[in-house]
Amino acid sequence: MTEEVHDVRLQVNGATHAVTVPARRLLSDALRHDCGLTGTHVGCEHGVCGACTVLMDGRPVRSCLVLAVSAEDTEVTTVEGLAEDTGEDDTVLSPVQQAFSDCHGLQCGFCTPGFLTTITAGLRANPDPTEDEARDMIAGNLCRCTGYQNIVKAVLRAAELTREGR
Amino acid sequence: MKPAPFAYRRPETVEEALEALAREPGAKVLAGGQSLVPLLSMRLASPGTLVDVNRLPGLDQVTVSDDEVRVGALVRHADLLAHAPAGERQPLLAMALAHVAHATIRNRGTTVGSIVHADAAAEMPTVLALLGGSVEVASVRGRRTIAAADLFAGPLESTIAADELALSAGFPVLGPGEGVGFAEVARRHGDYALCGVAGLVRVEDDAVTEARLGYLSVADVPTVVDVTGCDPAEAAARALERIEPGDDIHASAAYRAQLVKVLTRRVLTAATDDARSRDARRTG
Repeated sequence: MTEEVHDVRLQVNGATHAVTVPARRLLSDALRHDCGLTGTHVGCEHGVCGACTVLMDGRPVRSCLVLAVSAEDTEVTTVEGLAEDTGEDDTVLSPVQQAFSDCHGLQCGFCTPGFLTTITAGLRANPDPTEDEARDMIAGNLCRCTGYQNIVKAVLRAAELTREGR
Repeated sequence: MKPAPFAYRRPETVEEALEALAREPGAKVLAGGQSLVPLLSMRLASPGTLVDVNRLPGLDQVTVSDDEVRVGALVRHADLLAHAPAGERQPLLAMALAHVAHATIRNRGTTVGSIVHADAAAEMPTVLALLGGSVEVASVRGRRTIAAADLFAGPLESTIAADELALSAGFPVLGPGEGVGFAEVARRHGDYALCGVAGLVRVEDDAVTEARLGYLSVADVPTVVDVTGCDPAEAAARALERIEPGDDIHASAAYRAQLVKVLTRRVLTAATDDARSRDARRTG
């Protein structure tokens, strides 16, 4: 029996990817294997760890809990889409990425893409979080290096950088 | 951990969705998918067809009337949580929704989907049961309303037929003299609760005339216990007559029973205080 496939147009980081996938293809796998965007990491694959978090229409969602075929007509932002394109050869790190670098919020780096997308949206909703609010913002993402202290610092630093217009 | 193959349908109208559900007896409805997709990935569920209802028009509305907060099938938890008029008319919604998973899951998961998934460890089925709400469902055979009391048949099992689609859920608003409370204990905020309790209390002339508590994560189905006339210790004893908490990797039965006692006291007190202060403001 051949499996039914679907032609899907995914809008990712401002580009259109026309892919042909079976209905069971998870968005996380479509991003990695069909679009070649391997920045999105796959951890637990049942919605617990948050490593695969991407933005769909600006809101963080677990890409392992969304079917690629049902992501059609949404705007997906992955970690690759966070850096600012300067139009030159270079890109500039976003405030959240810069803050992770400044505060050593990135340890082994596996969970980092999910944290970066989650915090990017979290700071849009709450640009000036307290430390408790910063912890709450990242509560759905697991870091197995237990780098939370530095990640919390990075949330607060990213808020500072954003306020400074960086 | 990948889902087994299935056929995928994405109808554009409710009628098309109902026809698809009628045609394919093994079909499952996909809305937010935050409970269903993990079950597919772990192959605990392998429906032949998924009917994706995310494109259906008109199901993403919250409407607040004098009697109820009506929540459409495509309203995400996060949007209901942020809906100020809904929260004002039935404050238990926001109290409980703040405990539904993590913000990222609430962005995609739907409140109606969580209810019809009928997980006794989830918050919103118990809230619907406690408030005495209902779910409106449709099929090619017609529409009907299922009262919460008739909805939850067993673990992850509702009385909604395989060819029926839940269109909305109705939560009664807070009545005069009524107050609410909610508390739960989880290993990590946003995880499934080890035990959760929702409370609804009515006072008249400062006297408690009605008190009910709803329990989650400690029984096979959302369980509502009438504790009118009970002090907190009696209320906990009455709840434990109805509920036999089980053991699992996260907590022993004895610990869960202890949580029932502690949370019963906490929620009964909080809901009574809430009812009294609302009543005092109302009667001025």
